[in-house]
Amino acid sequence: MTEPPVIEATGLGKRFGRRWALSECTVTIPSGRVVGLVGPNGAGKTTLLHLTVGLTAPTAGTISVLGARPAAGPAQLARVGFVAQDTPTYASMSVADHLRLGGWLNPGWDRDLAERRIDRLGLDRSQRSGNLSGGQRAQLALTLAIAKRPELLVLDEPVASLDPLARREFLRDLADTVVDHRVSVVLSSHLVADLEQVCDHLVVLVGSRVQMAGDIDDLRAEHRGSLEDLVLAAMERGLESRSDEGGRS
Amino acid sequence: MIRLAWRQFRSSAVIASGALAAVCVVVVLTRVHIVDVYDATVASCDSRGDCEAAVSAFVRLNRSLQGWLDVLVVVVPGLLGIFWGAPLVARELEAGTFRLAWTQSVTRTRWLTTKLAVVGLAAVVVSGVLTVMVTWWSSLFDKVGENIYGAFDRRDLVPIGHATLAFMVGVTAGVVLRRTLAAMATTLVVVVATRLAFVTWVRPHLLAAKRWSGPLDPNRMGFMMESETSPMRLHSEAPRMPNAWIRSVEIVDRSGRPITYVEQACPNLPPPGSSAGSGLRRGPVPDDVDRLLQECVAKVGERYHLAVSYQPAGRYWAFQWLELGIYVAASAALVGLCVWWVRRRL
Repeated sequence: MTEPPVIEATGLGKRFGRRWALSECTVTIPSGRVVGLVGPNGAGKTTLLHLTVGLTAPTAGTISVLGARPAAGPAQLARVGFVAQDTPTYASMSVADHLRLGGWLNPGWDRDLAERRIDRLGLDRSQRSGNLSGGQRAQLALTLAIAKRPELLVLDEPVASLDPLARREFLRDLADTVVDHRVSVVLSSHLVADLEQVCDHLVVLVGSRVQMAGDIDDLRAEHRGSLEDLVLAAMERGLESRSDEGGRS
Repeated sequence: MIRLAWRQFRSSAVIASGALAAVCVVVVLTRVHIVDVYDATVASCDSRGDCEAAVSAFVRLNRSLQGWLDVLVVVVPGLLGIFWGAPLVARELEAGTFRLAWTQSVTRTRWLTTKLAVVGLAAVVVSGVLTVMVTWWSSLFDKVGENIYGAFDRRDLVPIGHATLAFMVGVTAGVVLRRTLAAMATTLVVVVATRLAFVTWVRPHLLAAKRWSGPLDPNRMGFMMESETSPMRLHSEAPRMPNAWIRSVEIVDRSGRPITYVEQACPNLPPPGSSAGSGLRRGPVPDDVDRLLQECVAKVGERYHLAVSYQPAGRYWAFQWLELGIYVAASAALVGLCVWWVRRRL
């Protein structure tokens, strides 16, 4: 039995006011992978991820996540975990409060998993989340997203604001979690080195278009040189073709 | 979801309960004394024949507290809108926590309606408890004052409607503007403007005013000039109608035309600026002026009579329920708007 792709978008577009944050995006992201979504600022990564988790609705085109409409109802919401950019948490609420919150809002909440993670990370349960370091807050947000036991975990630049050490720790922990819980992951970043650490599949998004997509092992085999060079070359190609288009129109 | 809504609201609830408890203590303690004074003076004034003095002394009792409690009932609904309504959604939009909340296994519609239910209900309870306390505390003053419409929006049901609408105005401003501070400022402006507009243009017309007409009573009349050059006018107080809401008092002829000037009818009335003075007949008036006025009214009264437009005391509760209903209906409409906006526009 083949599972539906975690994300299948066709001609997807999102307009904010007069500006298209994403347009004519057609992409298929296979399930069972840890997918890195990489691209320059303004490529539409965050918009695509927000459309995936149903935080925004598309202006044009269609998107199907795990075979259903994003955020179609409580059941679909339960299947997708999300860690937003800058990992927002309730600043005045404690770590313990956040774990309770996870239990209140998610019928599939895995309390043991959440407690064990918090113990392993050494977070003080009585600490207000506003007083946590960036890395600890990111871990708390990831714990919430993992312990709801989603089929798909979506992370929007989760390590962008972390220092290199916290960054490596977070990604290593993420990689372990993925192995333990057989969850599909889509993770965005603009740093290839971060993605290389955890991902097995890569999608390069430039100006809403998929410039390159494939399993990292295949990409490495087909091309010589580092993955970073490969991605940078793809991005440059993308930016050039976009400016050509701009010149014609 | 209800537990999260409560957890987020908990500290506000504690502050509000504390404030209400403080008001409650003040109200209960001071009312004991008010009842004692009432029983000793006004309640037994008939037998002593000093009712006028007893009443005027009684209504001055705790005057500043009367004022403060009335201010509280007027202001608290607005505060609930500003401090509970406006930040309810705006703070989540501002801090980005809506991205956390809306990606749990709860739809954003349920997230919003639960928050509205928990905090909105609390706003209803706070304003309800406050208005019950103040209405009870003021009951003897209101009874003696015989002017229930004078404190209309500080008693009974109406403050609850005001609180409900102010709260929903706050929430809506937050949803639309997405900024807590801007939403709070907007709430203040909209709430004040709505209240003033309602009092001026809506409340008086909710029910068609009743009309009463009768002969002129010189003992309730006076004459005055608005400026040195304007014609002299006769004025009358309303006839005694306890607890009625007097809308207008006019001196009109049979066809309903109001009296314009009185010099021709009463050439002997003293000129402006004279010692006898103008104004309604309150306090001692020189006998000769009083006699002239009596003559004048008698003469004018052959052609003119008094026409009063008023809302009778018996309609008080109809007005209360109507105003509550209108405010609650407007709040319900805003709930719909917020749900739609959160689902479709955010």
